[in-house]
Amino acid sequence: MEDVTETILLVLVVVTALAFDFTNGFHDTGNAMATSIATRALKPKTAVALSAVLNMVGAFLSLAVAATIAKGLVDANVITLEVVLAGLVGGITWNLLTWLLGLPSSSSHALIGGVVGSVLAAVGTSGVIWTGVAAKVLIPALLAPLVAIGVASVGTWLVARLTRDVPEDTSNRAFRWGQVGSASLVSLAHGTNDAQKSMGIILLALIAGGAVPADSGVPFWVIFSCALFMALGTYLGGWRIIRTLGKGLVEIDSRQGMAAETSSAAVILMSGFFGFSLSTTHVATGSILGSGVGMPGAKVRWGVAGRMLAAWGLTLPAAGIVGALCYWIQDGIGGALGTAVVFGILVATSLAIWVASRRKPVDHKNVNDDWEEGAAPAEREPALADAAVAPAVAATGAPEAAPAAVPSSTEPQAARQRAGV
Amino acid sequence: MQFIEIDSLLKVVVAGLVLGAGLPALFALGVRLAAGRTTRAAVDAEGARLTPSGEVVTVERASNGRIVAAGICFMVVVLAIAGGIVFLANGGH
Repeated sequence: MEDVTETILLVLVVVTALAFDFTNGFHDTGNAMATSIATRALKPKTAVALSAVLNMVGAFLSLAVAATIAKGLVDANVITLEVVLAGLVGGITWNLLTWLLGLPSSSSHALIGGVVGSVLAAVGTSGVIWTGVAAKVLIPALLAPLVAIGVASVGTWLVARLTRDVPEDTSNRAFRWGQVGSASLVSLAHGTNDAQKSMGIILLALIAGGAVPADSGVPFWVIFSCALFMALGTYLGGWRIIRTLGKGLVEIDSRQGMAAETSSAAVILMSGFFGFSLSTTHVATGSILGSGVGMPGAKVRWGVAGRMLAAWGLTLPAAGIVGALCYWIQDGIGGALGTAVVFGILVATSLAIWVASRRKPVDHKNVNDDWEEGAAPAEREPALADAAVAPAVAATGAPEAAPAAVPSSTEPQAARQRAGV
Repeated sequence: MQFIEIDSLLKVVVAGLVLGAGLPALFALGVRLAAGRTTRAAVDAEGARLTPSGEVVTVERASNGRIVAAGICFMVVVLAIAGGIVFLANGGH
């Protein structure tokens, strides 16, 4: 019986890790492709297809950083399959919520938040290496957008200065090519870095479950399925986030788009090179902001940027709370049933968020529509924190009645959707 | 543990500026050179075209020297992208 429980747990962890990989894909499509879609350098469907293929290729390109999930952030000895599952649920929940609100936020931070939360629930504060969390997660999250804004604004200013008397049709034609090239590099880098995180989790789970020896490399089916799910997620396209990044922050032309994506690619690759890892999402968002700052006469919607910053600040605690709740539920019920309940909550929450998203769908047809100013008044901000926890909390009260709790939790989100968030 | 690794951060900023701002500028220079010399013109001049800032210009054909120089600019940008791909294939860190 014990074996059966372990096997079910292992299978569910692998499935959940692939689900996280999938959300990571569609959450981050915008980082690479939002600017190319906004300037019509690529048709929306072409852009996500290109990004999906490059993510897939990127995932096969290198396996150097696999199996480093939450290393130096939590005590490696306390990571069990239960902790990993609860952490993944926290990460997925936050990814889906921020997608619903059209806010780009770091998928890796969401995952780290979920794992830190479930470790806290499992063994208390002693299991978390707080200095590591501050130095590797919190401080880089503040610095990444600043660095990217600086680089992109200098680049955009130089580009605008150099091409100010080049006829617009000529410069558009040239810079659209430049945009596609630089955006492709960002996609490739994303596939290489982020698919490996999911591979690392699955490998860790397989080792912990005794399915492969401790010194095993990443099995081929793991590499293939992680690459595939990330590519599928990317192809699905996180249109809400693409819309915010491409239309919401700055009205960009092809010159700004090219400068922004090159800045993103350079900062991401250089931060990897010098071992100062920065989140792709934070860098890409900062670069797009910078392309507005550096462009003479361009307007940046700082209100939209402020909401993103708020979401980044909430990522760790919000994903952590969901992770902790899930661990408690799983541990409280215990055994295979506890695992099944947590998995059920994840499915119910995801469905609820998907249903809420259908109230005001954003897809490849309306992704480039004009951005309505003032669609999201600032005073609604606190609702974000509540909305983050609502589905999980609603489910905690009555795990077996989770689907019943769904309609109430979708209301505030649906209201925000109607407001065009 | 140091909270901010100033040394790595500075390297990222400098390298990021050189590549992240330098390469777009180089690309822009290439576009500028290849586009040919422009002069301001009347709205109804023959071959008149609009710049992004809304000025009306006429464009001369670019000289061979300018085309070659533009080609070099684009070549450096392409090499830098190839370098990025090689870097990723080698582990990306």
